[in-house]
Amino acid sequence: MPDEEPARDAGPGTPRRPPGALEAEVMDVLRAAGAPLSPGQVRERLAARQLEELSYSTVVTIVSRLHAKGLLERERTGRAFAYRPVDDASLAASQMRQALQAGTDHGAVLSRFVSGLSGRDARLLRQLLGEDEDQPG
Amino acid sequence: MSALVYLPLLVPVLAAAAARPLAARLEPRLATWLLTATTVALAAFSTAALALMTASALARSPLLAALGDYSQPVLRRGDPVPALAGMAAALLLTAAAVAVAVVIRARARALAESYRRAASMAPDGRVVVVPGHSIEAYALPGSPGRIVVSGRLLDVLNDRGRAALLAHEHAHLAGRHHLFTTVAHLAAAANPLLLPVARAVDYTVERWADERAAAITGDRRLVASTIGQVALLSAPRPARPRATLAITGARARSVSLAWAGPVPRRVAALLAPPPRRQLTLLAIVAILILTAGASAAEAARDLHALLEFAQTAR
Repeated sequence: MPDEEPARDAGPGTPRRPPGALEAEVMDVLRAAGAPLSPGQVRERLAARQLEELSYSTVVTIVSRLHAKGLLERERTGRAFAYRPVDDASLAASQMRQALQAGTDHGAVLSRFVSGLSGRDARLLRQLLGEDEDQPG
Repeated sequence: MSALVYLPLLVPVLAAAAARPLAARLEPRLATWLLTATTVALAAFSTAALALMTASALARSPLLAALGDYSQPVLRRGDPVPALAGMAAALLLTAAAVAVAVVIRARARALAESYRRAASMAPDGRVVVVPGHSIEAYALPGSPGRIVVSGRLLDVLNDRGRAALLAHEHAHLAGRHHLFTTVAHLAAAANPLLLPVARAVDYTVERWADERAAAITGDRRLVASTIGQVALLSAPRPARPRATLAITGARARSVSLAWAGPVPRRVAALLAPPPRRQLTLLAIVAILILTAGASAAEAARDLHALLEFAQTAR
């Protein structure tokens, strides 16, 4: 008898939701918000949707993962980051870069204006340019 | 075959050690050509040396000796390359062939993709502005090549900063810098000891574009501060301003760049006086390459002579 159900990511018999479902839910909350949200706010809104209670650190893990994937961008608000979905247009630009860069120097044909900075490089750069450190951070 | 056959395998170690100092001191256009040529020559010579060692090991196999009608004992006495080294060479040679094939495939795909995307963009204009919040600026090789910049980045830069950015990216396309980096990384695939040299080429093409931008805008400090500004836009902010940073000012010389990434080094190079030609450094590199080439050729001559001798001794 053919299986009517579409293939699932989770193995048979696991009570967990399929991987990615939480990420999709978080993305949905952030898209609906229309403004950047802190992980705490995301957690409240998830709870309001009558989903199971997630711990704060789980929410932080999920948004950090989405940020690392380039799907969320973040800005510092006070002590925490606030996250919002990357709009489609800049997603296209960064996805194109990621596709052409492929994570290694083997496939790199793009020349970016600046490559990523480590925290140490950023300090060096500020020293070199004699930049004021008084700006609000 | 003499022990000279090992020399082309060792010279890349010297080249790897010299690559970063050379990239820092030489005029970037010259450095790019020189370092790319170095990777190609040294990869070719070290591959030739591996092939010679493999050949000398194969020649000692009884089957080939019978076919080639030469004396095995003479070969064994005359060849200082142990059979084990010959086998290792055969393995390395195979690995190099596979690695080169993998890199050719990856680069060809990326390049085809880049051309495809560049061709799909609006027919007029080299500069493609993508809307959005991200900080993106890169040159996309193609026919014609495109400069992709995000609207947000254009917004935060002033007119002169934009001119510096576009001049830099245009220099990449006009100079076909992706070809230099592709060739260098192909050579490094054949001999991974050359990877630091290939990375130095990645750096010198950036410096080349920086110096072009400085020449076009007529302001080295402008290019330096634009690079710094764009890089810091996407950098992590320090948690607390550090007290030691209060005494900064423009003290480019007191900053240690020994372990710095490419961006601070590019900025420091632009804040320093323009680079000049350095004939001594050029001569040293030329001698390195010639040594590797001459020893590979000598080893080949030796193997040939030995095989001939082994045939007459039969």
